[in-house]
Amino acid sequence: MTTTAADQAESPTPRVSGATVDGGEIAKFEKMAAEWWDPHGKFRPLHKFNPTRLAYIRDAIAGHLGRDPQSAAPLRGLRLLDVGCGGGLVCEPMRRLGAEVVGIDASEMNVKVAATHAEETGLSIDYRASTVEALVDGGEPQFDAVLNLEAVEHVADVDLFLQSSAALVKPGGIMVVATINRTLKAVATAKIGAEYVLRWLPVGTHDPRKFVKPSEIERAIRPTGMTVKASAGVAYNLLTDAWRVVDDVAVNYMIVATKPGGPGNA
Amino acid sequence: MTLQTVAPAMGAVAAIPLGGRPVASPDRPAATKDIAMTNDERDQANSEQGGDLRVDVAIVGGGLAGGSLALALAGAGFRVALVDATDPSVMRDAAFDGRTTALAYATARMFRRLGLWDAIAPSAEPIRDILVTDGALESPSRRGGVVDSHLWFDGAALDGEPYLGWIVENQIIRNALFDAIEATDAITLLAPASASGTSFDAGAARISLKDGRRIFADLAVAADGKRSALAAAADIRSHAWGYGQKAIVCSVAHERSHDGVAQEYFLPGGPFAILPMTNSRCSLVWTERADAADAYIALPDDAFLEAIGARFGVYLGALSLASPRWSFPLGFHFSESFVARRLALVGDAARAIHPIAGQGFNLGLKDVAALVDVLTSARGLGRDIGDLSVLDEYDRWRRFDSAALAFGTDMLNRLFSNDVGPIRAARRLGLSAVNALGPLKRTFMRESGADLGRLPSLLQPERVSSAP
Ligand SMILES: Cc1cc2nc3c(=O)[nH]c(=O)nc-3n(C[C@H](O)[C@H](O)[C@H](O)COP(=O)(O)OP(=O)(O)OC[C@H]3O[C@@H](n4cnc5c(N)ncnc54)[C@H](O)[C@@H]3O)c2cc1C
Repeated sequence: MTTTAADQAESPTPRVSGATVDGGEIAKFEKMAAEWWDPHGKFRPLHKFNPTRLAYIRDAIAGHLGRDPQSAAPLRGLRLLDVGCGGGLVCEPMRRLGAEVVGIDASEMNVKVAATHAEETGLSIDYRASTVEALVDGGEPQFDAVLNLEAVEHVADVDLFLQSSAALVKPGGIMVVATINRTLKAVATAKIGAEYVLRWLPVGTHDPRKFVKPSEIERAIRPTGMTVKASAGVAYNLLTDAWRVVDDVAVNYMIVATKPGGPGNA
Repeated sequence: MTLQTVAPAMGAVAAIPLGGRPVASPDRPAATKDIAMTNDERDQANSEQGGDLRVDVAIVGGGLAGGSLALALAGAGFRVALVDATDPSVMRDAAFDGRTTALAYATARMFRRLGLWDAIAPSAEPIRDILVTDGALESPSRRGGVVDSHLWFDGAALDGEPYLGWIVENQIIRNALFDAIEATDAITLLAPASASGTSFDAGAARISLKDGRRIFADLAVAADGKRSALAAAADIRSHAWGYGQKAIVCSVAHERSHDGVAQEYFLPGGPFAILPMTNSRCSLVWTERADAADAYIALPDDAFLEAIGARFGVYLGALSLASPRWSFPLGFHFSESFVARRLALVGDAARAIHPIAGQGFNLGLKDVAALVDVLTSARGLGRDIGDLSVLDEYDRWRRFDSAALAFGTDMLNRLFSNDVGPIRAARRLGLSAVNALGPLKRTFMRESGADLGRLPSLLQPERVSSAP
């Protein structure tokens, strides 16, 4: 029996401030920040989910840029942006895979937690308390890859958020978006299952009205010239206590979008 | 730790009790790391500071488990430091360890993959059958007959694999390991060198050696045997008890062919195993109550041989001693966890079991293979190999996998190491019943062949690819 459920522990950050930030959500998540790196603590579901997600991202980026995902550092030299980096659970692996990583988070505390941890592990990662809108306004050079993981469902203006993110992608670059679908099944598993039944997440972590359909992402990024190349669901198996990539995108899903142009192969 | 001093030819030899050293108070100077430095840059900086070594994995303990792990990790592309308190030339010497190991067929596959099998094979005797007998000393099986109350593991019933396994002298394996380790650039062998202090920090595991050198590693591995000092330093507790038994170990040469049959008799003092070796020799693992074992070990050669003959029976003809005698105090331990932050336990450091089923090192090699799988896939995703979220995968895999066998062998020993009439009657029934049930017997055999449970890729049959 396979049951899909939300991993939402990772999203605890309102990814965007300024124009699209939803102020009430910041406080809700800041108190969770210190526990990011405890695999047995509150973020256990995220630690369980992370390997599946990392493999998908690694393969998507390497595949798009014609690199061997099994090589020692498949992302070597790529400029990568992780939007809503939280405690750095994705930034650090991306750095080890060779990327030059910029991690941004609207929560000052998350950025501090992430930077402290990177210092401990001896990784150089550029963490900033910032937003995609602020990066665009500040003339930030574009990135080979932009990761938008479990962020969209927490922002106030989905279209503006996605378009700003897309603007930060180089021609020929790639963006990976992960979020939760707005379906009855998602409410049942990602909201009720994760928050009330499995108690993975504090009640109130998610507002199902903010879940985002794949078509809405596609429509939002179309004006930026980006097109959706692939999508996949991620499902949790209660019996094996493990996550895996599936075809069904009704609950947790990931979307890979690419921008035309550029050298193609970095 | 299984270090023994060896008395002159054929003399009685007592093993120094197994156990790691107590850890000196670990000094913990603040880790100085530059956020702007990459791992490579830090390596450079550290080696320039002199005396410090930066590796991916630091293994403490260069016994069979630690040595195998070093090679397997180097083969998977990790940089490894291997530390042992004993000089390798001592560990290579024939007098160091007189034991043999019954290598399960899955284990032999792993040695093949590590490129060690060619060095081992000429000295490996295939196990064609295993005969397990309960009873008194006058049992007919000891005279070559077949009795009811025994388990007859017929090698021919095991489809696919030609033999149940192989008997190999530990020293053959040890020498093959050290030859390969010394020829591997990715392994830095530090021996003799003792770990005096360890710390498991957020950023790195640090091992201080008594001579002042320090090793920084993403992951430390405790392969330091029973009563692991590293496990103790990480506050990992263990369920442990002694058996009040010792195993007497030696080899005998015999007149007739053993035909590759391994025998195990359950005698009142404990199991008595006869393991077929090359050149018409057998290795004995003779378990007795500790005081009786000491008395037997102290006997002159002819009396010792006579005591062996009384248990051995006549089926192999005239016997002669072919090695010194060793003795090993027997105990059980099972660690509450096989991991802590930046630390993994393998081999006897994780758990040590009664040799009744000849499975101790086979479990250790399964640890090694599983750990290499877990670390390789974690590294492929850019994950920190010393992170508890990674190591938890290894812990779940190996601790649960080996618990049944570990506690099973404990029960077996309790059941068989006594001479209480009703218990003997009951266990005779049990053995005959197992013998009658084909599938169950096959399971027993496959368990002995270390082929049950989720198999790490190094142990998988060659014909099955490890990943689709
Ligand atoms: C009588 C007997 C028969 C057996 N028969 C079989 C069999 O047929 N099949 C089988 O599979 N298993 C068998 N076993 C079990 C098997 O021998 C052990 O499981 C195996 O040898 C354990 O290897 P290890 O490398 O984990 O530990 P050890 O062999 O104990 O190695 C530990 C190493 O760590 C080093 N060390 C310790 N502390 C430190 C320190 N602080 N600093 C540096 N170095 C340190 C020691 O010097 C030593 O070299 C038998 C065991 C016994 C007692």
